[in-house]
Amino acid sequence: MLSCKEVSRLVSQGLDRRLGFAERLRLHVHLAICDGCTNFKKQMDFLRKAVSKNVAG
Amino acid sequence: MEDFRSQVEGQRAYLLRYAALQLRDRHAAEDVVQETLLAALAGEAGFGGRSNLRTWLTGILKHKIVDAIRRASREAPSADEDQMEELFDESGHWRDMPSAWPDPDASLEQKEFFMKLEECLSRLPAKTSQAFMMREHLGFETDEICKELGVTPTHCWVLLYRARMALRLCLEQNWFGK
Repeated sequence: MLSCKEVSRLVSQGLDRRLGFAERLRLHVHLAICDGCTNFKKQMDFLRKAVSKNVAG
Repeated sequence: MEDFRSQVEGQRAYLLRYAALQLRDRHAAEDVVQETLLAALAGEAGFGGRSNLRTWLTGILKHKIVDAIRRASREAPSADEDQMEELFDESGHWRDMPSAWPDPDASLEQKEFFMKLEECLSRLPAKTSQAFMMREHLGFETDEICKELGVTPTHCWVLLYRARMALRLCLEQNWFGK
């Protein structure tokens, strides 16, 4: 089982490279049961959206 | 010289396989092979055709691999320990569990939000914000960013990770109000 710390790192790397199958699976399993990391992931996606919108606008 | 360069370059695929087998990390392997080829080209005189080119290059590569392993074992713990350590406890759990941000999309309609975002960005260390902006603003791939900033892919991911962690905290504290 990945720790939240490891998950936060993988979520970030997932924005920069294609994660391997095993990584995605472990991430998925953790996110399914962890609200904190699920919120974190949403915030990371939001951050990307915000910065790209900043450019467009 | 041009001929030597292309001969050396011709060994790249072999060296990459060799390094990947040792390091079990494609990016780290690419880094050491790059270093090896540069060292070989700089030290052409040291070759002098005395031995087989591949053997000579492999010899250089082995040293680079050992250096990389040493470096990795030295850097790994400190890489994200400084500020990141405060966010997680010893077992890797959030000290302060992230909670959902209220209606984040509404913020995207507010000019003040983007001013706050700029402000948070400006607080990042130079290299960290450079890496982040190249990635998110300019849409560069990680390997291009590494090349540009002269850092390894692993370090590049660490920089991007730090940037995102810091920006998240900054926005949470200064915008989403906690």
